[in-house]
Amino acid sequence: MEHAEKKPSYLQHHFADMEQQTDAAKLGMWVFLVTEVLLFGGLFGFYTFYRAWYPEMFMEAHKYLDVAMGTTNTFVLITSSLTMALAIRAMQLGKKKQTIAYLAGTLFFAGVFLVIKYFEYSHKIELGMLPGKLYFFDGIQAANPHIFFSVYFTMTGLHGIHVLIGMIIIGWVMVRTMRDDFSPEYYNPIELTGLYWHLVDLIWIFLFPLLYLIG
Amino acid sequence: MEQQNTATAHHVLPLSLYFTVAGVLFVLTGITVAISFVHFGEFNIIVAMLIATVKASLVALYFMHLKYDNKLFMAVFLSSLIFLGLFLTLTMTDTMHRGDIDPIKEHPIKKEAVFYNK
Repeated sequence: MEHAEKKPSYLQHHFADMEQQTDAAKLGMWVFLVTEVLLFGGLFGFYTFYRAWYPEMFMEAHKYLDVAMGTTNTFVLITSSLTMALAIRAMQLGKKKQTIAYLAGTLFFAGVFLVIKYFEYSHKIELGMLPGKLYFFDGIQAANPHIFFSVYFTMTGLHGIHVLIGMIIIGWVMVRTMRDDFSPEYYNPIELTGLYWHLVDLIWIFLFPLLYLIG
Repeated sequence: MEQQNTATAHHVLPLSLYFTVAGVLFVLTGITVAISFVHFGEFNIIVAMLIATVKASLVALYFMHLKYDNKLFMAVFLSSLIFLGLFLTLTMTDTMHRGDIDPIKEHPIKKEAVFYNK
């Protein structure tokens, strides 16, 4: 009984110690990330099969994506991944203010990413480079260009939704950090948020060359 | 609280490591963009995917701590990639060989599908 009384409040009673609890939480997060990989995997398949069927169309249609904006967004997202990793490091060292600052930085870069995405989207919507039967742009000669934009909007759209959800979760752990919920002994939620955020970055690392840099 | 003791129990990686990884990611992004303007034909996609895989590995190993954490996490993550590969490969054995045995009789499923011949 003496042993049980010594347990800190953040250690759930069904775990032997913090290491076991942390590992269980991380394992759960990785299993979730596996489902995320497979969710996006379906769309990577969508991309692969149609690109194999219509290589010339993909080559021609991708030129209407803005490489400068795509590259900027890649740098922005990598920077946000760096600040996220640094936020966790700061909490490992018990530096609360630094953690909050790095989380705020991550939120800022996530916001910049979405703003740039907004400009890209609105430009394409205006010109009619839209998915499926909404497509009305006349500038592409190859057949079936609407398929490329179906791929583009579903992949970047699902990714964008992930960025948005990530911002909500990062905001939430930031508030919890301010509330003194975390310490060097317990910062699991920040670490799991980090894993999610890095996966969002990881998916973009593949989306960017596949969509913007064909040939 | 024994902050010093427990803090060292985690793998607190040096700041320089994080910045080096981010720097390499920046450089590789620059390289992949630069290479896309040179036309190697088939090789472009291979080079682009190789660079993306290196970048993704750096993010997973260092930012996501896979290198230092329980190796079970790495096994779980890699299993998703194996199944993704299986899914894409097996599906492509269909999509890449349609019409090899029986000719494809192309026709729109619905009237609106005429649009797709545009």
